[in-house]
Amino acid sequence: MDTATFLVQCLNAVQYGLLLFLVASGLTLIFGIMGVINLAHGSFYMMGAYLAFALAPLFGPNFLLMLLAGIVLSAAFGYLLEWAFFSFLYEREHLQQVLMTYALILVFEEARSLLIGNDVHGVPAPPWLAGTLPLGELMTYPVYRLFASAACIVVGGGLYLVVNRTRLGMMIRAGASNRDMVRGLGIDITRLYRIVFAGGVALAALAGMIAAPMSSVYPGMGGHVLIICFVVVVIGGIGSISGALVASLLVGFVDTFGKVFFAELSGIGVYLLMAVILVWRPEGLMRRGY
Amino acid sequence: MAGTATWRWLPLVVAAVLAVLPSVLTPYTSDLVTKIIVLAVFALSLELLVGMTGLVSLGHAAFLGIGAYTAVLASPEYDAANPLLLGLACVGAAATYALFVGALSLRTRGVYFIMVTLAFAQMAYFVFHDTPLGGGTDGIYLNARPALGDFDSGEKLHFYYLALAALVGTYGLLALLRRSRFGHALAGIRVNEQRMRAAGFATYLYKLAAFVLAGALAGLAGFLLAVKDGYVNPELLSWHESGAVLLMIILGGIGHLRGAVIGAAAFVLLKELYATPAIVGEVLAQHWQLTLGFTIIAFVALLPRGLIGLSARLRAVTR
Amino acid sequence: MNTLLSCHGLTRVFGGLTAVDRATLDFALGEVHAVIGTNGAGKSTLINMLSGEMPVSGGRIMLDGQDITRWPQPRRARAGIGRSYQRTTIFPEFTVLENCRLSAQAAHARPWALWEAAAACTGSVPIARRALAAAGLAEVAASPAGSLSHGGKRQLEIAMCLATEPRVLLLDEPLAGMGSEETERMLALLATLKAGHAILLVEHDMDAVFRIADRITVMVNGQVIATDAPQAIRANPQVQVAYLGEHG
Repeated sequence: MDTATFLVQCLNAVQYGLLLFLVASGLTLIFGIMGVINLAHGSFYMMGAYLAFALAPLFGPNFLLMLLAGIVLSAAFGYLLEWAFFSFLYEREHLQQVLMTYALILVFEEARSLLIGNDVHGVPAPPWLAGTLPLGELMTYPVYRLFASAACIVVGGGLYLVVNRTRLGMMIRAGASNRDMVRGLGIDITRLYRIVFAGGVALAALAGMIAAPMSSVYPGMGGHVLIICFVVVVIGGIGSISGALVASLLVGFVDTFGKVFFAELSGIGVYLLMAVILVWRPEGLMRRGY
Repeated sequence: MAGTATWRWLPLVVAAVLAVLPSVLTPYTSDLVTKIIVLAVFALSLELLVGMTGLVSLGHAAFLGIGAYTAVLASPEYDAANPLLLGLACVGAAATYALFVGALSLRTRGVYFIMVTLAFAQMAYFVFHDTPLGGGTDGIYLNARPALGDFDSGEKLHFYYLALAALVGTYGLLALLRRSRFGHALAGIRVNEQRMRAAGFATYLYKLAAFVLAGALAGLAGFLLAVKDGYVNPELLSWHESGAVLLMIILGGIGHLRGAVIGAAAFVLLKELYATPAIVGEVLAQHWQLTLGFTIIAFVALLPRGLIGLSARLRAVTR
Repeated sequence: MNTLLSCHGLTRVFGGLTAVDRATLDFALGEVHAVIGTNGAGKSTLINMLSGEMPVSGGRIMLDGQDITRWPQPRRARAGIGRSYQRTTIFPEFTVLENCRLSAQAAHARPWALWEAAAACTGSVPIARRALAAAGLAEVAASPAGSLSHGGKRQLEIAMCLATEPRVLLLDEPLAGMGSEETERMLALLATLKAGHAILLVEHDMDAVFRIADRITVMVNGQVIATDAPQAIRANPQVQVAYLGEHG
């Protein structure tokens, strides 16, 4: 493999990893703070992708505006969903949460099927992001992928700032380590949970929107990303955003280079990575409390 | 731990009824009952894990699928295989993967365990989906059903009794297991694993043994499924299948062997109901998963102890 | 003195905090060795390291001359270390007898014998009945364990510990939440157990400790500051300053 190809694969790995990080950070926050295992998290990613498909014609070249609209819409949806459904899951045992959120997936998938259908769609990248950049003498790299990575870094940075530098973030971190104490401090835990949940949904949906122009928009995309995210969370530790970042990048590299070297069996590379980590460090790479 | 005297006779009565059923049912209904019997074996295998040992696995379909694929892959291309040997091969293959998955995933607990079992099932799914081993997304066909002497599993009636025998055997094995020392140890691990370790039990090994046995029994169900349908495809290992079997035992009621059987029956019948346009209308019949989804939510919210819990509540109310 | 269990330089560090700092103690047959100290003194960590539930950062643990520092808890339990818990860890849905029988089963497991019913196990049932009798719970053997009074549950906790036929008893606040009558019963039980066991007793009830202990160790901030007979401890000026205060 020559340097240019290697560089391209590295960029692909980072881009995939960063996108995963967006989805996984939402998942790990929701579990870390509220203690709910949410199988439907992948559906939010799918919703984001289909949202991009639906909104792209309306917004045209105003891609960033569309992303913003998507964030607002999905956050609002998440807020409502938490109020109407998820708030009832907090005190239940894991098995019931698994089944309830599994049922939610069925509902979301069929709703999508009824509203938009089961076809595979493409979403065009906006014209100002649709070109390629030269890499060395022979290769080029799509601008959009660089944009995707940059967008994830910006959002990730924003997430870091919110969690570590704001009052809301302080409440989130407190809630992650001691739920009852936070309640005792008089913080409105209901609103906190609702906001965190809405944020998690928005993160996943945003990832889906960003991913749409790169991969096609298809029915099973939610399920696939969910299971990879589970692997990320197992490796990185529940509730740990930094762990999710490290694990996502690791998964990104294993998956990307796996496809290069072991074309057919590349799909299982990620799970073998998980198996190795389980043998070596069952509590995850960066365990924090849970 | 055993129920009242009436409950103890019930499984035997049901088995007897099932034995004579084919002679009175239409072919369509007979097929339905056969399907229920095979899925009941699958559900019982998960009940061992979830209900008896307290291990919530979201990847149990992997063992069903591996058992099913082994039935096709280990059969000679055009001749009938020996049903006993083939069944053994399927059980063995599933148990082997269960040993690998269990050894690694039991190093984790709680939510991690759920996620890891799902991931390992997905891994197996990809092996059959992406490689030519399993014929890819198209799946592969079983050309000749296993037969031995006068017994031919291709005959509907013969297969029915094979499946029924497997169900009775599985049910009996698990009933014995429940009242044995091993079963009591599993129950203790379910309630308070730490306490069991303090008493001197190597709980990891007990859980692993339960996991492998559950995988083996799921492999048996997979063998039956492959022989019944004559066809296998990767979707047998999908997490939808894993979710379905979990739903079955919750429908029936966790913690009771008969709950698994009842749940399998309820699940199959509900699916039939929801997919029939004459009953629910054209649109809903096509999107039966929507109705199923809402049913699950309502069920878990209102009847967490399943249909068995419902009957207990009714008895309490009418007393 | 017949020392059954001992620890040497036992240490446990969590990040920046040293929960237990080079503790050296021994527990002998026929004696109740109490460990007292304020909350956060390291008593729970000490008992968790001795039972095998928590890994050790430094030091050694010896049982009958064997180094068991790296042994997992089930192995230590089978070797004769029994443990009761501060928070009741009985199995509420099983009967009282089954609670004990299950504890006793570990030594008589034969897990492959699926055709034998556990309730008829000739190994574990008699041992369980003996443990129940010793703890004074023989009459309630068939009741669900969850229906016992708080004191009864604490007694069952001890009975389950006894059912593993241990030689060393690690008792974590057995008197927690007990009224005076129940406390008397428990102390009488401990007095009968003394002869055949080495007993580590972690307790907050000072009157009980001074009545029943043969030796007392005082821990402050993870360190052992004194180990001596009760009267000497009471008179020890360091202990008075650090811990006993008005109790002295």
